[in-house]
Amino acid sequence: MKIIKNLGLIIFLTGLAIFIGTIFSGSFNLKQAELDSFLKEKNYKSTLIKDALQEAVVTDKKLNIFEFSSRVRKAYQKSNDYYDKQIAKYEAEKNWDKKGEQYQYKINGKPHTLSFNLAKKAGKGFVTENPGLAWFLTFGLGILGALLFILPNLILLGKPGIKNDGIYHESATNRGFIAWMVLIFLVSFYLVLYFFADYVVNWTFILDPISQFLAGRPASQWFVYGFLYCTVMLTMGVRMFIKYRHNKYQIVRTISVLFFQIVFAFLIPEIMASLQMPEYDFKNAFPLDYDFFFEWNLKSLTETGGIGIFILVWGIVLTLVIVPVMVYFFGKRWYCSWVCGCGGLAETLGDPYRQHSNKSLNAWKLERWLIHSVLVFSLVMTLVTLYCYFTGAQSFLGINSQWIKDSYSFLIGAWFAGVIGTGFYPIFGNRVWCRFGCPLAAYLGLVQRFKSRFRITTNGGQCISCGNCSTYCEQGIDVRAYAQKGENIVRASCVGCGVCSAVCPRGVLKLENGPEDGRINPTEILLGNDVDLMQLVNKK
Amino acid sequence: MEHIVIIGNGISGVTVARHIRKNSDKKITIVSAEHKYFFSRTALMYIYMGHMKFEHTQPYENWFWEKNNIELKKGYVAKVDTENKNLEFSNGTSLTYSKLIIATGSKPNKFGWPGQDLEGVMGMYHKQDLEKLEKHAPDNKTCKRAVIVGGGLIGIELAEMLRSRDIPVTFLVREDSFWNGVLPAQESKMINNHIKEHHIDLRLSTNLKEIKSDKLGKVSSVIIEETGEEIFCNVVGLTAGVTPNIDFLKDSTIETKKGVLVNRFLETNIKDIYAIGDCAEQHEAIGQRRNIEAVWYTGRMMGEALAQTICGNKTAYKPGHWFNSAKFLDIEYQTYGWVFSEKNKQENEAYFQWKHPKEHKCITISFDKNSNKFLGINTFGIRMRHEIFDKWLTENKSIEYVLEYLRDANFDPEFYKLHEAEILKKFNKENNTNIQLKNKSWKRIFSKSN
Repeated sequence: MKIIKNLGLIIFLTGLAIFIGTIFSGSFNLKQAELDSFLKEKNYKSTLIKDALQEAVVTDKKLNIFEFSSRVRKAYQKSNDYYDKQIAKYEAEKNWDKKGEQYQYKINGKPHTLSFNLAKKAGKGFVTENPGLAWFLTFGLGILGALLFILPNLILLGKPGIKNDGIYHESATNRGFIAWMVLIFLVSFYLVLYFFADYVVNWTFILDPISQFLAGRPASQWFVYGFLYCTVMLTMGVRMFIKYRHNKYQIVRTISVLFFQIVFAFLIPEIMASLQMPEYDFKNAFPLDYDFFFEWNLKSLTETGGIGIFILVWGIVLTLVIVPVMVYFFGKRWYCSWVCGCGGLAETLGDPYRQHSNKSLNAWKLERWLIHSVLVFSLVMTLVTLYCYFTGAQSFLGINSQWIKDSYSFLIGAWFAGVIGTGFYPIFGNRVWCRFGCPLAAYLGLVQRFKSRFRITTNGGQCISCGNCSTYCEQGIDVRAYAQKGENIVRASCVGCGVCSAVCPRGVLKLENGPEDGRINPTEILLGNDVDLMQLVNKK
Repeated sequence: MEHIVIIGNGISGVTVARHIRKNSDKKITIVSAEHKYFFSRTALMYIYMGHMKFEHTQPYENWFWEKNNIELKKGYVAKVDTENKNLEFSNGTSLTYSKLIIATGSKPNKFGWPGQDLEGVMGMYHKQDLEKLEKHAPDNKTCKRAVIVGGGLIGIELAEMLRSRDIPVTFLVREDSFWNGVLPAQESKMINNHIKEHHIDLRLSTNLKEIKSDKLGKVSSVIIEETGEEIFCNVVGLTAGVTPNIDFLKDSTIETKKGVLVNRFLETNIKDIYAIGDCAEQHEAIGQRRNIEAVWYTGRMMGEALAQTICGNKTAYKPGHWFNSAKFLDIEYQTYGWVFSEKNKQENEAYFQWKHPKEHKCITISFDKNSNKFLGINTFGIRMRHEIFDKWLTENKSIEYVLEYLRDANFDPEFYKLHEAEILKKFNKENNTNIQLKNKSWKRIFSKSN
């Protein structure tokens, strides 16, 4: 069994190495006709960019992606620098007409996006010619290796039951060298994905056939991300099924998050795209779906007729009615650990790291400040955006609409949710984003804390303060602090994953949706002492 | 200002300190030789198994004590001078007190086995035991085999610990079935099987004769009394129960028997000196309880009660209905009320038992065979709600009532298989009754008994 595990690890790492290696493979150059059609498609008015790009990438030289990207970005820079100078010049001359004219020549978007779009047409080599084989050598080997590594646990873990043996002895799960390597890999992955997508254009070639099949278009870096996301969740979901096979709550919950990720977040939007409909993830509620009220989205929804209007209404009803009503009945767990994609990744890929969330009082204070600040930030942004959308103004109360949207997308959308939120799993635990950053979690949390039937019930006086519950709480809740006092746990941050209850060796904790009456019970003394002492202490 | 000194920072000592602080601003000092900060002893096993690190076993952050003005003193009390209200420490320093609370807990039993003090022989009680274990049994290369002597809760935990590092374990149990002085035969047998499933070499009806050493004074083998068999091993765990840890009181005027003798107010024979927790011994047992109860929660309750007394609200220690819980490898166990094993069964006591045909789940309900009054329940592999059974015991419910409303008591996580119907079916069949299962009701669950 150990041999199979090790073999699996080797196969997995080989797949991973080839996956990373593909970045450096292939060559990139364009023919004149390809460039011309691209420029026509993009409708660039600048003649400068045409010349610059022609010089840069229409060549017989076999450029690698980095050279190619660098040449494209230089061409972009050259063209835009020229028009920036023109703008400055006319500005100095106070020649407003001329100045305004110049803007149409500037290339919009980020240089790496231009490079990505061109590379998509320019790529040649093994991966573009053999996407099927490339898929097998990367994704295929990765999945196969991971499964070979995971499946023997069915026997190695012994009888069903909580098996956290050795977690703090392993480098990977005790913030050791391997954990840091995983952190570096994940952080790099997110940085490349968000900011240098052209560097990994070869990854999109691997998935072009699948994307064509599903959505009828070539794969973008987001398709790669979505596909990888589902693959990772499925594979690590298998690990969850084995590890928690004695615990039906965990199994049902894992099936649920897998279903919502694969069907709702991935397949349905892709299929909608193939049907020329707006791509929409029907479970993604505002304000986690922070660009729902952005002009481009509202425009695209209102312009696509029936389905667009349906989505618009659904999105609003989801946020304003369904979310609070469901939280009232089931707590925020129905969303955070049964439906949400971020939660889904945290519960599958992140499960080996759940013990690292900081349980200190200081971390709790930081959490409350941060998460509610993000909520306020997202609401202000939406307010400004909507105001500007309806009035046509550029700013509201001095806040520029574009500026605040860009800041939010960059700081919260990319850095917090992606780079830090997932990249830091191995060190800070698996729910960094959900705990400190997610505006939807903050919103759900407010409802859960003050108006909900959900709580974690503690079982009388049975707690022995061992600390398993607190250690394995991914949301950094000091569960034990409540359990040893016999208090129900109604913390805003609890996502109802149920692991505290699973790891408790004394059967003290249970997730319950009960009557609101008596849900918060801070004054009761622990069961065990005879009644008159209870009354006495209660009177105090 | 009154100076309360507490010897021992286990659950009893810390609970009394916290509750005195809640109710007063008296000066409080907690003395301990084991570790400066309070940690949960019951969680030591999880550190060795790699589920947690030591800091995870500490229920309070380190700043907690200073913030609450509770002084922590590291030191070993060598002598209590009751005349001058003074403690003498082993390092020669001393400390005066106005009121003294003895909460020193237990130490593992040793029965004078030859070789019981050799290198590699240890109990599993103190933090230092864990350190010893880490030294002598870090892996299955250093420790080729371990022998555990004594078949109680700590013994099985130690076996589980060693197995988590794939160390072969031989488990010597004096009784002819595991813990059958406490558990009914059905349960005891199930645990026997479960122990073997975990590849633990369980030897029932087996006593230790002696522990042999190598040339360096380290354990090399044990000899079994019955067969004379020699088992080679590198570690011997002695887990044959615990006794109060009160050797330092031998020469004092404080009255002791096995433990420090106390009355219902937890007072000793000397004014202003109290004892709580594992080391306290009641002159007369409370109800069917033992005079000394080495249980986590009774220590906690004594702490809560004594804090009231110390703060001027004289309160007797009156434990309510007996309850307890444990985990045997993968099987969770809870008990409410009294269920005695066949060996100790009371005259009026009868069992109703149910066992899952395949899984490790079973219950034993004990009831009065004359009045059908519910006396207690043992549950294995099914979690039950403490409040409900506490209420039913107080209200003297019958076993029929308990079974009828058993759904109210289930505390398993959602989606777990429920067995109330099968349980009730078996009872109806055995007793020719026709009790119908009632649906779970929140109203009943949360209605208080008083």
